[in-house]
Amino acid sequence: MAKKHNNVLPGFNLSLGFTIFYLSLIVLIPLSAAFIKTSTLSLHEFWVAVASPRVVASYKLTFGASLIGASINAIFGLLTAWVLTRYTFTGKRIIDALVDLPFALPTAVAGIALTAIYAPNGWIGSLLAPHGIKVAFTPIGVVIALTFIGLPFVVRTVQPILEDLEAETEEAAASLGANRWQTFTKIIFPAIAPALLTGFSLAFARAIGEYGSVIFIAGNMPMVSEITPLIIITKLEQYDYAGATAVAVVMLLISFVLLLAINGLQWWNSSRNTRAI
Amino acid sequence: MSIEIRNVKKNFGDFSALNDVSLDVPSGELVALLGPSGCGKTTLLRIIAGLEAPDAGSIHFHGKDTTERDVRERQVGFVFQHYALFRHMTVFENVAFGLRVRPKETRPSDAEIKRRVHELLELVQLDWLADRYPPQLSGGQRQRIALARALAVEPKVLLLDEPFGALDAKVRKELRRWLRRLHDELHITSVFVTHDQEEALEVADRIVVMNKGKVEQIGTPQEVYDNPATPYVYNFLGNVNQFKSNVQKGEASIGGSNIKLEKENQQADGAALAYIRPHDIDVQRIKSGSAPAFEVKVNYIHAIGPLVRLELQQLGQDAIIEAELTQERFRELGLNTGEQVFIYPRNVRVFADNTASA
Amino acid sequence: MSEESTTQFSKYSAKVAKSRATSEPTWIRWTLITTALLFLSLFLFMPLAAVFTEALRKGFDTYISALADADALSAMKLTFIAALIAVPLNLVFGVAAAWAIAKFEFRGKSILITLIDLPFAVSPVIAGLIYVLIFGLQGWFGGWLSDHDFKVIFAIPGIVLATIFVTFPFVARELIPLMQAQGKDEEEAALVLGASGWQILWRVTLPNIKWGLLYGVILTNARAMGEFGAVSVVSGHIRGMTNTMPLHVEILYNEYNYAAAFAVASVLALLALVTLVLKSIVEWHAARSARAIEQN
Repeated sequence: MAKKHNNVLPGFNLSLGFTIFYLSLIVLIPLSAAFIKTSTLSLHEFWVAVASPRVVASYKLTFGASLIGASINAIFGLLTAWVLTRYTFTGKRIIDALVDLPFALPTAVAGIALTAIYAPNGWIGSLLAPHGIKVAFTPIGVVIALTFIGLPFVVRTVQPILEDLEAETEEAAASLGANRWQTFTKIIFPAIAPALLTGFSLAFARAIGEYGSVIFIAGNMPMVSEITPLIIITKLEQYDYAGATAVAVVMLLISFVLLLAINGLQWWNSSRNTRAI
Repeated sequence: MSIEIRNVKKNFGDFSALNDVSLDVPSGELVALLGPSGCGKTTLLRIIAGLEAPDAGSIHFHGKDTTERDVRERQVGFVFQHYALFRHMTVFENVAFGLRVRPKETRPSDAEIKRRVHELLELVQLDWLADRYPPQLSGGQRQRIALARALAVEPKVLLLDEPFGALDAKVRKELRRWLRRLHDELHITSVFVTHDQEEALEVADRIVVMNKGKVEQIGTPQEVYDNPATPYVYNFLGNVNQFKSNVQKGEASIGGSNIKLEKENQQADGAALAYIRPHDIDVQRIKSGSAPAFEVKVNYIHAIGPLVRLELQQLGQDAIIEAELTQERFRELGLNTGEQVFIYPRNVRVFADNTASA
Repeated sequence: MSEESTTQFSKYSAKVAKSRATSEPTWIRWTLITTALLFLSLFLFMPLAAVFTEALRKGFDTYISALADADALSAMKLTFIAALIAVPLNLVFGVAAAWAIAKFEFRGKSILITLIDLPFAVSPVIAGLIYVLIFGLQGWFGGWLSDHDFKVIFAIPGIVLATIFVTFPFVARELIPLMQAQGKDEEEAALVLGASGWQILWRVTLPNIKWGLLYGVILTNARAMGEFGAVSVVSGHIRGMTNTMPLHVEILYNEYNYAAAFAVASVLALLALVTLVLKSIVEWHAARSARAIEQN
């Protein structure tokens, strides 16, 4: 690997060696176990495990709710980032710090707190119940939980880009006669779009794998409000290790594709931003 | 279109950026706002553009008060020091931007936009770059595109903020001559900000020298260079030797000699500062005649280029005097470092020394 | 003009530049602020408030007794043990990985960076599952482990392993870009002056990256203490034995003992708030030292 390092600093072999050793031990070998275990299944067995109606329903819910949650975060995350970088108001710094709460708050705590709020007797649930709207224990609840855990991603990817935008570019647009909305759609938005897309993808990827915050609020009814990670747990509890692993492999593959896409996006984003000057 | 600036004041917190500035820019002229950084020149330009609002005073375009008018409606072209090109748009789209954002009723057709953009790109001689993106251009090219973009909206007034400040010396020289030619072609009222006196002297019809939020002097390059109105302008434009002096009955004493002041340069008796340009100092090997002279020692000779720069020290004094000779005169004198010679000041300007009494 | 007033000038001019041409009318501004705050209250402030309200609903005595419960205390202990092992291990890994990646050029570097990020892309449930496949009774080493009477799954080692996995990238991710930005000039200077590798690491590199390091540690610790999905799979949910705090919350909640569940949850929420405060402080220091470097 280290063919052409004409570098005088010491510790390359030690640090890279340890890195690869630790990475293999903790991540790569255990992950490969999932693929090896799945390979013991026949193609038919695999198909039955990953494509039964109950599992397919869970994919739909997981991906659908994740997509909606990430979209909500794209819109309101952009708004939040905008408000935090552009305006001054009391309590801004505290709110800025609190945006990271979903990263810091254990998912189980978030799960029971959201359930308490949206349950029919909760603060918001009791307002919605008379109108016949049920949030907790339905797919809407899943969306709420996934929105919560993905909230910081868009804000934190868009915020630095908004901060670094040159005021001069916007002034140039104004001096050429563009109104504020034109300046936003034609100048500002194209500049932050890649970051927005990255934030969206990160929130989406996180939502797909999420477990802790969802299971409390989802109600976990098969075919209706059962997410894919829960399917894996259920199969495990029934000692269907191979079945659980097969579903896990499907999710892993999707996650890998997403990871590659996100890395590509970030690379594109940074190369776009460094190309100038 | 002429610009009239009346009693403009602007404070940033307790820092006074502009302190009662009044100024007329005649129609069709190219005017330079010249001064060191922080003198308020960029603030004044931004106020003319409408990018900032003055705390007091007013801006008039051709007699009409535009102080309250939004930058979008002022019809000014603004060129930024760091170009401020839209990096996600091609050169063509950058130039077309001002036309495309017009309301539907006044927006030109696509064909018309295309024609006008190419016309402007030809004007700045960069038509071949239409499909490139700004990051692919050199600094000089970017600034020319920025200018084309500003001209696309047919501004009544062109405002340039340190337009060549981010460019290297050679490109800067090329571009400022090009700007001068372009201005002679278009005759659009233009104001540009610079801290480079050479640039202002070479390009502008008129120079406004600014210092600490105030206008020090307004005049043609010749006027401000030959007849600086204040010591500040003397110091800022070109090299100058400064002497502590004392004026008594129309004569200034400088370093022990008394120099008679010309009529147009009379000062009240008292402490004063005297200014002599290096090229207004004549060097002689022997003292001749009755003209006032100083005896100096040659400390250092810098003989590269058309002019020879001498660093001289008056005997018994610390102050260094700079003199400039032509190569021809220098060879004639055959000077060497360490020699003692006499110098004769030709043009002495004297200003009352306000700091001396304090 | 003095330097002080120049910086003051540019500071103000940046501020004022936003006040005309590049800002929105007041009513739009306040509409946007209000909408954002409404969204954040719905999704951030309300859940946080709910945790504490629910925790204290049955009174302070119930709250205290829920926390003083033996099972709760043992859950807290296990949570701290898991974090205490996972954080230092991932810290050492993070420094080693960042050293190799930031200071040297080698082939496959970008693949290595992607692989380090991998645990972020893996569902926590799958993180638990893979250790079950290896160390579980039917797993690769299951037989060997049970012969030697050593339990990994449904025991503390499994919980620690799962915690290490989910917090694996945090420190490395913070340090790699930071050390890449800092370059290797200072390390080379130290080398020329005769410092050994360890001396360079201790005296030059670590002082330079201390804020980034601390930041990574804070994030690692927060996630380690709060992890639920991965730990849930490998724990076996044995009360007083293999229950971490988040798992204890789940058990209490599923027994409809809401007050106790939220009481334990409130401790975790407090830890989260402390994390955010520490994070803000570290960010402030990091920004300050970055500015100081820029000015030099």
